[in-house]
Amino acid sequence: MDTRSILIVGVGGQGTLLASRVLGSLFVDLGYDVKISEVHGMAQRGGSVVTHVRYGTKVFSPLVEPGTADILLAFEKMEALRWIHFLKEQGRAIINSQEIEPMSVIMGAYEYPKDLEDKIRKVCPGAVLFDALAVAKELGNIKVANMVLIGVLARLLDIAPQMWEKAIKTVVPPKTLEINLRAFHRGYNWI
Amino acid sequence: MKRLMLGNEAIARGAYEAGVRVATAYPGTPSTEITEFAAKYDEIYAEWSPNEKVALEVAIGASFAGARAMVAMKHVGLNVAADPLFTVSYTGVNAGLVIVVADDPGMHSSQNEQDSRYYARASQVPMLEPADSQEALDFVKLAFELSEKYDTPVLIRLTTRVAHSQSIVTLGQRAHVPLKEYKKLPDKNVMMPAMARKRHVEVERRMKALAEAANDLWINRVEMGDTSIGIIASGITYQYAKEALPNASFLKLGMINPLPRRLIESFASKVRKLCVLEELEPVLEEQIKSWGIPVIGKEIFPVQGELSANMILEKIAGKAPDVRPAQDLPPRPPVMCPGCPHRGIYYVMKKLRLHATGDIGCYTLGALPPLEAIDTCVCMGASVGMAHGMEKARGKDFSRRLVAVIGDSTFIHSGITGLIDIVYNQGASTVVILDNSTTGMTGHQDHPGTGRTIKGEAVPPLNLVNLIKAIGIEHVRVVDPFDLEEVEKVLKEETQREEPSVVIAQRPCALLSKEMKAPLSIDEDICRLCGVCLRLGCPAIEKKPDGMHINQALCNGCGLCIKVCKFGAIRRAGE
Repeated sequence: MDTRSILIVGVGGQGTLLASRVLGSLFVDLGYDVKISEVHGMAQRGGSVVTHVRYGTKVFSPLVEPGTADILLAFEKMEALRWIHFLKEQGRAIINSQEIEPMSVIMGAYEYPKDLEDKIRKVCPGAVLFDALAVAKELGNIKVANMVLIGVLARLLDIAPQMWEKAIKTVVPPKTLEINLRAFHRGYNWI
Repeated sequence: MKRLMLGNEAIARGAYEAGVRVATAYPGTPSTEITEFAAKYDEIYAEWSPNEKVALEVAIGASFAGARAMVAMKHVGLNVAADPLFTVSYTGVNAGLVIVVADDPGMHSSQNEQDSRYYARASQVPMLEPADSQEALDFVKLAFELSEKYDTPVLIRLTTRVAHSQSIVTLGQRAHVPLKEYKKLPDKNVMMPAMARKRHVEVERRMKALAEAANDLWINRVEMGDTSIGIIASGITYQYAKEALPNASFLKLGMINPLPRRLIESFASKVRKLCVLEELEPVLEEQIKSWGIPVIGKEIFPVQGELSANMILEKIAGKAPDVRPAQDLPPRPPVMCPGCPHRGIYYVMKKLRLHATGDIGCYTLGALPPLEAIDTCVCMGASVGMAHGMEKARGKDFSRRLVAVIGDSTFIHSGITGLIDIVYNQGASTVVILDNSTTGMTGHQDHPGTGRTIKGEAVPPLNLVNLIKAIGIEHVRVVDPFDLEEVEKVLKEETQREEPSVVIAQRPCALLSKEMKAPLSIDEDICRLCGVCLRLGCPAIEKKPDGMHINQALCNGCGLCIKVCKFGAIRRAGE
């Protein structure tokens, strides 16, 4: 299989690393070659963060290049636009509509863009954009917003939900498994 | 067994399988996880050393004593450890000694992007460079064999994208490597001039032998394809190039010092155009050119930042992908977390309009707006010496408006020597130690002041107050950085003194505390939109068109904003 690329973006502290661990476990189980690249350290402190996930028969570079991603999974709306040029033509986007103001906006040097959805849809008309945080709140724990997003991703990837459940079981702590699985299925049935 | 592993974890696994008994380090992105993972093996003694120089010295001691030893650090850490490095090159080893150094092209988390390969050349030490996690594991095992066979320490160079990428590795068993006999060998292990002169001859002989062996070493491999272009690459640039030009011919170098000259000459003769791909400096290119081989390199590739598959495609194949990033988006650099203890002291420093020499850690982020509390950042420990230098240059009046700001871990790493200098040379600087009880920026590692080792054992914590008094500082004050009135009073008093002083601002890192207090909110009827709370630079406080808001998903309830609000508009839920 040709190498496929998923780019996961968000704001440091949003739980993007957990999403990449689930994907890693899943693709290893499926027998693929996998490479995942993430930046630790300084960039994690509330900055713009990105994780590259690539899988296929043989993967060389761990990095997704601009214009080549099959899927963009964005945990924050403005970060979606910041990275959307990484999508290839016909690439799909899953976007949490949550807005987190960066310090440059808080201090008034910039305005948080109001026309994000239009700009996103110009590049990716079929983007799935929804409030995953609200879904997570409804489920009773805002921390599972990332699992709701993974659920949507699962629907797009055409891999049996049982395989995803196995990967989630491997990655999340047992005491949060039940709520994480519920969040996953809410996402899986979103579209 | 196959597993997905971070490059850094694979380095630790390689050390385990190679029978390593001692692993040391000082934390530094992107190298930190190596020793964290090494510490998980019961068979390995692991430690956080106070700094990289000590870490290397401990590893040298272990090697001389007959145990395989590994030390890990980031690129700038090797500057600190450079002194022992250059001489252990002369002594050589008893049991194998491997030094892992992680470079950071593009400076994801560093103050410069120096190229460690120059250290390998300058210190005459062989250097290997893996391109993925499997190679990281395999190369560590090979490095120990080479170390013992050629009686030399061996450097392993990582870059951020290898250290912090996960790929699949096949695990092996731990080799049974018994302790080697310890012998007193003054001609080899005591580097006085007479002995060192003889050892330098051995160093040259060893490097010649290694350069010859490199031609047949399995980690230097040729992959012939289309002969119109030949690529020489190592580490992550090999992966980028395979992605961009899968059909080209490749010479993949696993050993990047010394270089296999015959192999390179033979590869060059088989391809029409030769290109060397390397991030940062033209280390390979200059050597290859010095042998009279025409090669393309830095005339088309930058010496700054990282390379990429797209860049290689564009520069070599002339295919530029049409990519248009969104313009004018608000930037999102990292910030100090909600609840960060540094915020309180920086707020007061800005209010008092103090100048501050800064240092390396999360608190370096205080240089950014709105706090803009520190003036400088050079290297680990520099804040203390630099404050002293500023005082000596501009006099005591200037010093009364100046403090040095340094973290607890950084102070122990190399701030203490600067403080001794201030006492000895009659300075009057005020040093503020931001004691958050951890090494924060690298992800919460313990250090001598935390009272725990890397293995989680409880030990008596280094008492900073006693230490500082012992070196001759009379005025040591401990404050809570969230007690703004007290901080202001203490900073005013201590900066006015004619003698040196230290203020220790003690409050644990906000991410260490497990209990979350209820988030705060702003009462719109009371808020006068004065904006004082925004001056804290807390990412949870936002200014929206309809007024000030506290982002409930981000707020950790620390309550610092309650203290700066003059109108009492900020409240905790339920109060």
